[in-house]
Amino acid sequence: MGTHTAEQAAGATNGPATVPTRTGLLIIGASQSGVQLAVSLRALGFGEHITLLGDEDHRPYQRPALSKEFLQGTVESESLIFRSNDYWAEHNVDLVKGEHIVRIDKEADGSGVAHASSGREFPFRRLALTVGARARKLEIDGGDLDGVLYLRNADDALALKARVGDATDVVVIGGGFIGLEAASSLQKMGKNVTVLEFGPRLVGRAVGEETAEYFLQAHRSRGLDIRLNTSAARFSAADDGKAVAAVELQDGTVLPAQIVLIGIGVIPNTQLAEQLGLDVDNGVVVDRFALASDGTTVAVGDVANMPNPVPGSEPGERIRLESVNNAIEHAKVAAYSLTGRREEYAGIPWFWSNQADLKLQIAGLCNGYDQTVLRYDEERGKFSVLYYRRGQVIAADCVNAPLDFMAVKNALAKGQNIPADAAADPATQLKTITTDS
Amino acid sequence: MPTVHFTDAEGAVRDVQGNVGDSVMETAVRNGVPGIVAECGGSLSCATCHVFVREDCVSQLPPMEDMEDEMLYGTAVDREDNSRLSCQLRLTDGLELFVTTPETQV
Repeated sequence: MGTHTAEQAAGATNGPATVPTRTGLLIIGASQSGVQLAVSLRALGFGEHITLLGDEDHRPYQRPALSKEFLQGTVESESLIFRSNDYWAEHNVDLVKGEHIVRIDKEADGSGVAHASSGREFPFRRLALTVGARARKLEIDGGDLDGVLYLRNADDALALKARVGDATDVVVIGGGFIGLEAASSLQKMGKNVTVLEFGPRLVGRAVGEETAEYFLQAHRSRGLDIRLNTSAARFSAADDGKAVAAVELQDGTVLPAQIVLIGIGVIPNTQLAEQLGLDVDNGVVVDRFALASDGTTVAVGDVANMPNPVPGSEPGERIRLESVNNAIEHAKVAAYSLTGRREEYAGIPWFWSNQADLKLQIAGLCNGYDQTVLRYDEERGKFSVLYYRRGQVIAADCVNAPLDFMAVKNALAKGQNIPADAAADPATQLKTITTDS
Repeated sequence: MPTVHFTDAEGAVRDVQGNVGDSVMETAVRNGVPGIVAECGGSLSCATCHVFVREDCVSQLPPMEDMEDEMLYGTAVDREDNSRLSCQLRLTDGLELFVTTPETQV
């Protein structure tokens, strides 16, 4: 959070001049999608000044490593920084850190002024919302104890790292990607880790049942204590009354925990869009060209609810994707939009998650599948599930099987098929049986 | 300082100085070398940091592990004998590396 007052912000030494210069594009959210939007605009020749504004006190950084390499200490924080300061200066992009926008006044032509909690004002000609999502909070007794943590941004990761050294027992709540990645990292760091999952299987709807089951068995065989259909009832404090010491389950079981890490999903940050009167429904509603309902503001990445971009999806079907790949591809669409071009979303959505020695890569979206083909090479530790709809491959979950992943991703991108009957033999390379469908 | 000379598919050359221990991919991305995409940030998941290493530089580099080898079969431009994923190439003291970026990474 910024600490300027309105008076300071208007002064000569610390902030903009009394009448602040208007930026050509104000990007709110110094996120993966915000960075990509600025970079793509410059690549397209967008000549106006860009302000890339974030509410954290860090230069824009990559999030995926926070639950993995950064937590484990195998990469330095500097490695997570997207671009050098020189890059931004050379490309006429102002980075603004630590400013939290609380209100935006906007005109019909798309221009306006954004007001920060510090009192600073940011006039703009066009506006982009790349504000992402925030961690969903678990509202139970003891939820505000020290050591009850979330993992969404760099400060969250730093808080977790600061506590890890003193902890023996960690309870992770939520068996999704973040929970399982962090649990694997913490286990590798020597912690006694228990994962509680409210639902009947891991990773919710992001993967199919076979993949969820594979991960359950694989993690259990690696010594991770995973409890399905299990909820925490309350967190109890140590003798000091401040720090968490245990998690009490619904059935009365008590698990010691000096750290509780909660990863139960995210909520899109739609507050500014709502204040602007934009259509909001599970995110900011945008058209195929990343334009919000006012026709001028773009909304990009995790926060955007967009028409499903995957070829062959049902007309009118909408989707909100939380991924690096989507942040990048959607930002490119928005960059075209802001430079007056109408370009459709390119590429096939893909995802990855690294958990212990399990490298999961997902190509496409499996919703609406009516058939699966399992390819399992136990000896080589490779596992893939291909998803089909009416005989056409639509997605694949691949564990330690990059060749399968690449074959499916490339086939989907080219509108090709991988016939199910031939795909069932794990000795067959999928690339060799791909057909023009 | 180690230096990486990036030549793009059209022949334009960009020389970038990097830090010992950083990867060739990181060095490229931080400085906005356009021929390197690196969607996954170096976790060996996307194969969009493909480079062709000049033949006389190949021996200065660490050998390829299986995962990199497999990922290279999925690059947008087909692999050659001198293909590497630049996220797997760490800069060492005094390294002078010449690489060419493919026409496209995605």
